[in-house]
Amino acid sequence: MKKKRNYLWILSVLSIVIFVGIWWICCDVLKLTSSSTLPGPVTIVRTFIEKLSSPAPDGATLPEHIFSSLQISLGGWIMGVVIGTPLGIFMAWYKKVDLFARPLFDLIRPVPGLAWIPLMILLFGIGLTPKIVTVFLSAFVPCVLNSYTGIRQTKDVHLWVGQTFGASDTQMLLYIAIPTALPMIMTGVRVALGAAWTCIVAAEMLASTKGLGYMIQQARGIYRPDIIICGMIAIGAIGAVFSGVLSLIENKIVKGVRRDG
Amino acid sequence: MDNKEVILHVDHMTKCFGDLKVLDDVSFDVHKGEFLCIVGPTGCGKTTFLNCITGLYDLTDGQILVNNEPVDTKKHNIAYIFQEYSTMSWLTVEQNVAFGLKMKKKSAGEIKEAVAEVLEMVGLTKYKDYYPVELSTSMLQRVVIARAFAVKPDILLMDEPYGQLDVELRFRLEDELLKIWEKLGTTVIFITHNIEEAVYLSENILVLTNKPTSIKQKLSNTLARPRSVVDPDFIEVRNKVTELIKWW
Repeated sequence: MKKKRNYLWILSVLSIVIFVGIWWICCDVLKLTSSSTLPGPVTIVRTFIEKLSSPAPDGATLPEHIFSSLQISLGGWIMGVVIGTPLGIFMAWYKKVDLFARPLFDLIRPVPGLAWIPLMILLFGIGLTPKIVTVFLSAFVPCVLNSYTGIRQTKDVHLWVGQTFGASDTQMLLYIAIPTALPMIMTGVRVALGAAWTCIVAAEMLASTKGLGYMIQQARGIYRPDIIICGMIAIGAIGAVFSGVLSLIENKIVKGVRRDG
Repeated sequence: MDNKEVILHVDHMTKCFGDLKVLDDVSFDVHKGEFLCIVGPTGCGKTTFLNCITGLYDLTDGQILVNNEPVDTKKHNIAYIFQEYSTMSWLTVEQNVAFGLKMKKKSAGEIKEAVAEVLEMVGLTKYKDYYPVELSTSMLQRVVIARAFAVKPDILLMDEPYGQLDVELRFRLEDELLKIWEKLGTTVIFITHNIEEAVYLSENILVLTNKPTSIKQKLSNTLARPRSVVDPDFIEVRNKVTELIKWW
């Protein structure tokens, strides 16, 4: 089993190696495109190293842009998880909370995160607040939906077991419904992180003075595809790291699930 | 039997779902330590019968008393083994068995001691850290039985717990159940559609009619233990119950 897992891990790395290899052959060896349209991986690596310490041409180094984006996206995402998950749980468990919160939630739910940006800029300007609120709204919706659905999936037979053992309503929520919903809640947290990350980059493209979205937008204006690709790779890599960290947390807290591979 | 204390008194129990009358004026007593099997035609409302006894369903009419008080699962020590698999996937075997005790807010020491005892009884001690997903069907059923016995229930209700198992496994688990019942002296109410199973396990058999369900007869089963399904006396009792249950 162990050997098979190592082999599968190599397969995953191989796909990236093959992709970069084809890109390198097309751009740097065969020179099928000009480097001002699509630079090869060698140029990208060079730009990446340079941007680690140089603020030119957009006014900030790559780590500064990453830090700015992370600050906003993590802030909004944590708010979304902390407020959205309990709300979804309470809506699913307590009928009165559901009746009270559902109409408002149903109005907010179909509005994409990005659609909030113009209103937020008008309300809060182009500082941190509008972006954090926009990210929060994007992260909040999947957290509510998934925790709600997760709690609703609680099996009747488990509730009957609790009831016949004399469990209180709170005990049944804490020891039966929430553990049942945990895999769904974790999926909601993951989806929320993806939504938060997508939203912040888009928000920075529209109104910002720093951040990965801002860097990409500035690079487009001065025709620097190498910086654009650097920014895209940074976005992808950070997203993958987030996903990996969340998988580790999920493996720690979601128990009793068969995990193949 | 009659000089034993009555633990469960069912008095004119009637249950309707809308216009459909499922239970019709059912009255009977269960004595402390009794092993009562309830048999009846398929779909006659056997599960409704147990769900009313545990208070999962409210009665339309009549009352159910446990130790002379209206049944209350928060006050009375009742355990219920359901037809469906009811182990909790996120808990280990040990945590599943401890679940009832935890709900009853027993101390950590009491829980540890009781869980170790029942795990030993059902032969699952070395699997205590396993999750349900890693267990076989028979082990899952044993976890549920251990969970029920861990709370040392005054009344244990079992709703066709072996209905989905093969014959060999069923015989094995029936013997295991009898051993635990004899050791702990728990009152057991066991619902089954399998007449052979009822005759094998019971001290008394309650035969139900078709819907609206009432009691056709309560039979005393005095066959000596261990019982054999091929013993002529066993076959005689089985045939008698079959005759009573026939609705065709």
